[in-house]
Amino acid sequence: MNPIKHARNWGSRALPKKDPNFGHPLDTSHGPILYVEDVSVSFDGFKALNNLNLYIDEGELRCIIGPNGAGKTTMMDVITGKTKPDAGSVYFGQQINLLELSEHQIARGGIGRKFQKPTVYEALSVYENLELATAGDKRFWSTLTRGLNGEQKDRISEVMETIGLTDSVRNDAGNLSHGQKQWLEIGMLLMQSPRVLLVDEPVAGMTGEETERTAELLTSLAGKHSVIVVEHDMAFVRSIAREVTVLHQGSVLAEGTMDKVQNDPKVIEVYLGE
Amino acid sequence: MLTQRLLTSDKGGMIVLAILALTCILVPILNLAVPESSPFHVSTFTVTLLGKFLCYALLALALDLIWGYAGILSLGHGAFFALGGYAMGMYLMRQIGDRGKYGDPLLPDFMVFLNWKDLPWYWQGFDMFWFTAIMIVLIPGILAWVFGWLAFRSRVTGVYFAIITQALTYALMLAFFRNEMGFGGNNGLTDFKDILGFSITADSTRIGLFLASGIALMLAYLACRYIVTSRAGRVIVSIRDAETRTRFSGYKVESYKLWLFVFSAVLAGIAGALYVPQVGIINPGEFSPLNSIELVVWVATGGRGTLYGAIVGAFSVNYGKTVFTSFYPEAWLFPLGLLFVLVTLVLPQGLVGLLGKIKKNRAGDNSDKQTTDKADTKEGA
Repeated sequence: MNPIKHARNWGSRALPKKDPNFGHPLDTSHGPILYVEDVSVSFDGFKALNNLNLYIDEGELRCIIGPNGAGKTTMMDVITGKTKPDAGSVYFGQQINLLELSEHQIARGGIGRKFQKPTVYEALSVYENLELATAGDKRFWSTLTRGLNGEQKDRISEVMETIGLTDSVRNDAGNLSHGQKQWLEIGMLLMQSPRVLLVDEPVAGMTGEETERTAELLTSLAGKHSVIVVEHDMAFVRSIAREVTVLHQGSVLAEGTMDKVQNDPKVIEVYLGE
Repeated sequence: MLTQRLLTSDKGGMIVLAILALTCILVPILNLAVPESSPFHVSTFTVTLLGKFLCYALLALALDLIWGYAGILSLGHGAFFALGGYAMGMYLMRQIGDRGKYGDPLLPDFMVFLNWKDLPWYWQGFDMFWFTAIMIVLIPGILAWVFGWLAFRSRVTGVYFAIITQALTYALMLAFFRNEMGFGGNNGLTDFKDILGFSITADSTRIGLFLASGIALMLAYLACRYIVTSRAGRVIVSIRDAETRTRFSGYKVESYKLWLFVFSAVLAGIAGALYVPQVGIINPGEFSPLNSIELVVWVATGGRGTLYGAIVGAFSVNYGKTVFTSFYPEAWLFPLGLLFVLVTLVLPQGLVGLLGKIKKNRAGDNSDKQTTDKADTKEGA
């Protein structure tokens, strides 16, 4: 399923005026799919992000690490439209200025976000959770009067396979284990046919086996999607990371492979020093 | 297929609908065809009382749709009910014509009394029923749209939303109390003579209004079921349970809340419009914040988030109120308050939840077996 084709479907009808250029294929000709440039955010004088620069390539798997308060969650808030920065620019491809869009537009356009605490709709079944997340016309009248089409239903089965929850399809999401909820939420992101996945602490509270499966899942998603993982668990980061970015006090401290970053004296000072 | 979707797995709703349908068939017969001397005769007083309850039930249904499913607590839903009522009241006033005390062919009595010479512009058109019918839907709908647009766009939720809806209905009450508003001041609109050419006090008209209320309630119930069983209904429940997640799933949460709120307000307006000819008066007291709070108690007592629970709640609390106030007219607020506290503490699922619990306990002996059976089938599937 081609996410761009999908975007075009609703891009022309759903949000005719304010909608960005989702109608055109995303322009990633220069490499990066996501540009975060000189972004600063402050809350009551505290600089959560300070001239942050970050470029994510198409299909890349990027891990972002950093001590508490480094600005990881704020960075996700800025990319997904929850927080508007004081300065800087955030572009999706070459054309789309994410700062002009609201959360639901960004989500429809192909940036999916998983929260730190697993957030699924507990009152609904696994199937219904995925159904709600399905890419398509998400306006009130359309969801009121129409069900899913065959293609969308096939996509649900496909995603259930990917996240390994086919056996629990009719179960209430509230009854799933912690790990299963995390996977379900990742599955919900996949239903949106996203180009970029933002995943906040996916293995927090998981057992060793669950962590392993999550690592496999995320690595298999890279390539098809750009995946940005924020994580504290260093062993986990090492097991999946190709490229690591270290945030500290709202800006990038170091960037590179895990080995390079780990031997960087600045990083050592931040993590071990003082 | 649609009926299947609306009614399967809604046993309580089916029972309530069946009772409503039966009432709509039996009451007219027992009122009109059975002689007054018979013990089976239903008095016109009872018909009107039941008709009133049907309107309350429709109002409760409207509130349950937004409170029970979207988690939006409106403490001002009585305002939409009253606005629908005023629209109908204006039509009924214009129907009086020159039969008023002052005999003015155009102006209602209270305007003559205030020495007004012309009919205000906003009273134009209300002599026609079709225009009134449109206004009954439009006025509450537009107010809800404007109010909801401002509130939801600014992401006002929870207790803040409840408070501003309360302020809305209070402000409207104060405004309608003013004589200069042109809605009869604190006396409101009354002394109605006829509706669509039928005398408003005639038994047959009462039955007609009763039937209209019953049918409106049943249709509204099905419409609400249609919404909550659709995909949009599941989005609405998701907004209630995890609003941010829903937003990041690409849904424009504000517009879902807004349309649901508008639909709910329209239902409330229709309820008010059916209510006014049956009670024969509409005054600013209907905007009183207390009315809206009572409404919340009906829904909570019946069981929120079930739709039919709201109907059960509206009937049972109002029946209790009718019985109680015939003994101690002044003290109704005390049992009402007590009821609210009890429901909150003991019956969070309301009467409907209590029934469900009793049923479960009775089936308790078999429950162990059932759970294992269920687990088996799940594994099998």
